[in-house]
Amino acid sequence: MKIGALKENYEGEARVAVTPASAAHLKKLGHEVYVETGAGVRAGFSDAAYEAAGITVEPTSAALVNDVDVVVKVRPPSEAEIKQMRHGQTLISHFYPSQNADLLEVAREQGITAIAMDMVPRISRAQKMDALSSMANIAGYRAVIEAANNFGRFFTGQVTAAGKVPPAKVLVVGAGVAGLAAIGAATSLGAQVYAFDVRPEVAEQIESMGAEFVYLDFAEAQTDGATTGGYAAPSSPEFREKQLEKFRELAPQMDIVITTALIPGRDAPKLWTADMVAAMKNGSVIVDLAAERGGNCELTVPDERFVTENGVVIIGYTDFPSRMGAQASELYGNNIRHMLADLTPGKDGKLVQNMEDDVIRGSTVAHDGDVTWPPPPPKVAAIAAQKPREKAKELTPEEKRANELAAFKAQTRSQYTLLGIGAVLMLLVGSFAPVSFLSHFIVFVLACFVGFQVIWNVSHSLHTPLMAITNAISSIIIVGALLQIGSGSWLIVLLGALSVLMAGINIFGGFMVTRRMLAMFQKS
Amino acid sequence: MEYGITTAAYVVAAVLFILSLGGLSGQESAKRAVWYGIAAMALAVVATLFGPGAGNWLLSLVMLAIGGAIGWFVAKRVQMTEMPQLVAAMHSLVGLAAVLIGFNAQFELSRMLRARAADAAAEFHGFAAVLAHKTPAELAMLKVEVALGIFIGAVTFTGSIVAFGKLAGKIDGKPKKLPGGHMLNAGAAALSALALVLYCTVGAPVLWLLLITACALFIGYHLIMGIGGADMPVVVSMLNSYSGWAAAAIGFTLGNDLLIVVGALVGSSGAILSYIMCKAMNRNFVSVILGGFGGETGPAMEIEGEQIAIDAEGVAAALNEADEVIIVPGYGMAVAQAQQSVSELTRKLRAAGKNVRFAIHPVAGRLPGHMNVLLAEAKVPYDIVLEMDEINEDFPNTDVVIVIGSNDIVNPAAQEDPNSPIAGMPVLEVWKGKQVFVSKRGQGTGYSGIENPLFYKDNTRMFYGDAKKSIDALLPMID
Repeated sequence: MKIGALKENYEGEARVAVTPASAAHLKKLGHEVYVETGAGVRAGFSDAAYEAAGITVEPTSAALVNDVDVVVKVRPPSEAEIKQMRHGQTLISHFYPSQNADLLEVAREQGITAIAMDMVPRISRAQKMDALSSMANIAGYRAVIEAANNFGRFFTGQVTAAGKVPPAKVLVVGAGVAGLAAIGAATSLGAQVYAFDVRPEVAEQIESMGAEFVYLDFAEAQTDGATTGGYAAPSSPEFREKQLEKFRELAPQMDIVITTALIPGRDAPKLWTADMVAAMKNGSVIVDLAAERGGNCELTVPDERFVTENGVVIIGYTDFPSRMGAQASELYGNNIRHMLADLTPGKDGKLVQNMEDDVIRGSTVAHDGDVTWPPPPPKVAAIAAQKPREKAKELTPEEKRANELAAFKAQTRSQYTLLGIGAVLMLLVGSFAPVSFLSHFIVFVLACFVGFQVIWNVSHSLHTPLMAITNAISSIIIVGALLQIGSGSWLIVLLGALSVLMAGINIFGGFMVTRRMLAMFQKS
Repeated sequence: MEYGITTAAYVVAAVLFILSLGGLSGQESAKRAVWYGIAAMALAVVATLFGPGAGNWLLSLVMLAIGGAIGWFVAKRVQMTEMPQLVAAMHSLVGLAAVLIGFNAQFELSRMLRARAADAAAEFHGFAAVLAHKTPAELAMLKVEVALGIFIGAVTFTGSIVAFGKLAGKIDGKPKKLPGGHMLNAGAAALSALALVLYCTVGAPVLWLLLITACALFIGYHLIMGIGGADMPVVVSMLNSYSGWAAAAIGFTLGNDLLIVVGALVGSSGAILSYIMCKAMNRNFVSVILGGFGGETGPAMEIEGEQIAIDAEGVAAALNEADEVIIVPGYGMAVAQAQQSVSELTRKLRAAGKNVRFAIHPVAGRLPGHMNVLLAEAKVPYDIVLEMDEINEDFPNTDVVIVIGSNDIVNPAAQEDPNSPIAGMPVLEVWKGKQVFVSKRGQGTGYSGIENPLFYKDNTRMFYGDAKKSIDALLPMID
């Protein structure tokens, strides 16, 4: 199949859907790769670099669309772009079908197969093609960098000869992929990071990244993140009130606020109100990653850097991934090539639109003259349902004592049973066996008993030496051989002598290796 | 020397043997314990030589010297990684000795009976004198004991030889059974029981004993052939136990209390070791001995994801950044002889101020405690080598876990997949570590042939290649 990457027309978009590196992988799948001239310039990939990687550079988008079977791009296509395409062609890009119903209709009429990178289901297998996550990761990182750039102070606390610098306090609202990336970047710059999320189960992830989870004292049965594909569910008005109250309390202390609260297909919730902005210190920075959907902060102006009257900088850029074009293109290019790898199961350059596959079904929004959105729920649950935290029940002293007593009783019972069975067996042996045998038998049973008591104490690491030494000791059988070797018959003497020989090997060999082994155990 | 003094010496020897085994509870006291064992053995041999019933000193001493020289030579030469084979081989000697001594007892008995038939007042020396004093009931008991000693000894003999072959790689490690399987074993056991009855009642005793021996030899061979290589630790300790029981049975035959005591000590020691091993694998002892894994109860859980490889640079970078490192060695480390390299890596990491520890699973390797011995040989201090229960809770706080040549003992399926053949077996929870590197030769499954979901986890990276070469490649990159 021929795969072609279009140049992005969107103002300020620096990303490109295919990089020379990802093209190499696509070729291994048996595809030919095309790219529109100048598509990668803003991401740092010149036409020459593409050509060097064996990619055909097309002069115009029309020529490219004409020549290829699969069109890949980053941003959702324009109507004109879809109209250029012909029946049976495949388009892979972001699509946002819930917001672009008209575009979907055009795609259907055109008879193309449209695969939306933003609709990839959130299951483990599909993580490698989850463009939302890879882009959110970049956005989170970039948000911290933008904040630092606009913040007139250090992030890390320092004690210098010229005075003491307190660490910057950063609050991250929403601990999705972007939020966690932001936490990671901010902590590595040395800031003191706090993070909030409505899903209490992410507290562990937040803490693992080095931030402090802001707990909300609110008793409400939280919707499990697992049922909503890993995204947060909209919260109740009471919960929201409580949340805003907490934010109001935190606002005056925070130097940097990064908001990432967004549920796909909904407008961003307003979490950072005007009065909170007013309460913040002069020079503080708010980075609103939800600006594209209206912003989490009431004062956010999408695509703008806005400074309030009290000197708080509010950054409402919507193109964070694009601001890191090279990195974003590389990751998006990999997402695309993983998607194509799943579409080319035979690695023979033949695309198979397997609508039984959860990932392919979920992300295909138009196919064969039909709108295939929304998809049926995936067969594999996105995330294992959160098991209710099993709390080791604190036992009361009485219960403990009762348990111990029960265990003791059970032990006593089993010992009594064993002793009873043993006694019966002994009686049976005693009533039939001759007396001389019994005296030896007592010795035997006692020796077994001593053996059991002694061996339990042997340390685990010494089990091999134990085997070696018991092996040496078992050659005590030499005593038997020595007792017989004095007999008159030559046959007995011969067999006895052989036994002595073998036992001798064992005695010396066994003790020798045991000593060798034990000598090696050394303390540090 | 008087009979009384011999017995007194035997008592002392028995006490010393018990102290010797008891001394193995700690690394330091163990060094003293070996000397107790040596002293006890020397005392027992000397007391027997000087005691009643012994003769042919010169021959005894010559044979002992030859055997001792061979034993000394072998023990000096053997590599620590070959320890399992050596132990198995030595068990076979004890088994064979027990068989020979059992036959001797029968020969002596026949000789004594013949002589008494010829001359009722005949005088006997040595062992024959002991036999001559026995009543008919005691003689019947004696025959049972002889047969038992020979039976156990013969099973130990062939069983140990097969175990040796499997451990040394001379026999294929896969479980193999002749057509008929356990029915053959049961048949052979029944046949030998029948032979025992005939031996005690009908004439031609040596013939029946030979039949018992043949059956036992077959059972030993067939039983151990049917057990897979992964279960060898249990097999070796079980054979160890058998060799002890054989000695005890011979002790009954000869009416020698020291033999009985020591045989019982060794027997119970091996039995306990087998029990500990089985518990560590969450397997039933019977199912291990009867061979193969229990029937699978359902399809194994599907594994999602892919195995992601990593090169030495990546591992070294992660190690250089880590503070807490846990190394999980397995049989693969022994095969690749990588313990010295691992020790060197440990030394370097510790010198860089990192906390390096070893996690040893009870059934890692092919012998109980196998890994401890190998690490000790490579001069890894024993106080950083911890067992499963001590270290399992620390994995979540560990930056880097390196798994070297182990597979089933770190298989999360044991906990996650109720249909897995190893479900419920306690395993080292390495996957809870922040990063896991698995040093492995290739993509194959472990000894038990079970797919390992650990290799597909997000925080796992596969470090393919021979363990020794892989670790050696790491060494120069650690600073």
